[in-house]
Amino acid sequence: MKPAPFTYHDPTSVGELVSLLGTIEDAKLLAGGQSLMPMLNLRLAQPDHLIDLNTVAGLSGIEATSSGVRVGAMVRQASLMKSAELAKDMPVLAEALHWVGHFQTRTRGTIGGSLSHLDPAAELPAVALLYDAALTVNGPDGSRIVPIREWPIAYMIPNLAEDEVLTSIEFSSWGESHGHAFEEFARRYGDFAMVAVGALLAVRDGVITRAAVSLAGTQPTPMRLDEVEAALIGQPAAPDSFRAAAEMAKKMEAMSDSYTSSRYRQRLAGVLVERALAKAAIRANSGGE
Amino acid sequence: MSDTRRISLTVNSEPFVGEAETRTHLGDFLRQEAGLTGTHLGCEHGVCGACTVVVDDEAVRSCLMLAVQADGSSVTTIEGLADGAELSPVQRAFQDHHGLQCGFCTPGMVMSLTAYLEENPSPDEAEIREAISGNICRCTGYQGIVAAGLQAAAEMRGERS
Repeated sequence: MKPAPFTYHDPTSVGELVSLLGTIEDAKLLAGGQSLMPMLNLRLAQPDHLIDLNTVAGLSGIEATSSGVRVGAMVRQASLMKSAELAKDMPVLAEALHWVGHFQTRTRGTIGGSLSHLDPAAELPAVALLYDAALTVNGPDGSRIVPIREWPIAYMIPNLAEDEVLTSIEFSSWGESHGHAFEEFARRYGDFAMVAVGALLAVRDGVITRAAVSLAGTQPTPMRLDEVEAALIGQPAAPDSFRAAAEMAKKMEAMSDSYTSSRYRQRLAGVLVERALAKAAIRANSGGE
Repeated sequence: MSDTRRISLTVNSEPFVGEAETRTHLGDFLRQEAGLTGTHLGCEHGVCGACTVVVDDEAVRSCLMLAVQADGSSVTTIEGLADGAELSPVQRAFQDHHGLQCGFCTPGMVMSLTAYLEENPSPDEAEIREAISGNICRCTGYQGIVAAGLQAAAEMRGERS
């Protein structure tokens, strides 16, 4: 028994869950447990109450919507990788998930858990940014939609009140043929990324017509590289354009920690942006494969 | 006041009912309540992989799942692989290739590979290495383990007896 004592709750509906959140103090939500359980075992987190989301019905569906795909917050990372729906519409998701932990953690880890934990180096928030995801949050006053750009408030703090819970994520499909890539560097496979980059590119007649680039690991929260994207549009889908984008990415501020200096992260950001764009362009030219 | 629950599950194809505090993780429950000490606990924060077991056909870290969450599930541990004295293909391959030395990481390695090979029957060496990248071995070295994984895969495909 490693965690400090807590009272365990296993609500079966979102309604029951939300009313619980409104009545108890100092509660933690348990999704896949791949980040919270270590914190409980090490007693870095000692909540009075633990609310298990695994028993809540209706949080694990994957369904097509008019503009994309909606994914329940409790869909396991392994299920996301196996989804034919997602593989067709947003193949970058499976490519990014390949970098998330190990297959033995992806069987439990969830998309909602990853987005709510919001580790700065996590891959799934970077993918959600690429697709301008809309997050549905339920609370005492019903539900509200949070655009992914407004989701990160600060380092590991999502736009989520104490009595709210993330219930689903809707990705907006691009609706046009595009290439994708997800590149990352970590000291060992399965570790959190030092830097991770996601990229989507649409190319027509050799010219970039649409671009999305997201970056994780360099700053306290993941982000979209709006200026880089704007500079890419109208440029030829060619090495010089990607190198220019990499130069821009290298000049952005980056965090330093005891393992990785900010200068090294900046260099990595440049290298990975260039690689991701080059790979996405090749795939865009071959019909998005 | 302790928060306890009665937990009923299937362990290695046999029904098992135990009582545990809700804060007990599955690894501790299997070892202390079910008496199945084959599942090893190393780091207990999801890094070393020693505690890997199979829950409803999927490999999980038993230290990162509460026992109460396994209520109603079917769990397979290292004790459930052999049929009497007859080792499973993965176990036999570990023996053939010196895939274990001290044996501490072995239950996790074997359970990981067992689950992995069910889903991916024809892995190449790189894929085997990736599959066990979440299982840390500090003495045997990975060569024998990788060779064992490849042999077990071939055997499970029926290419080798």
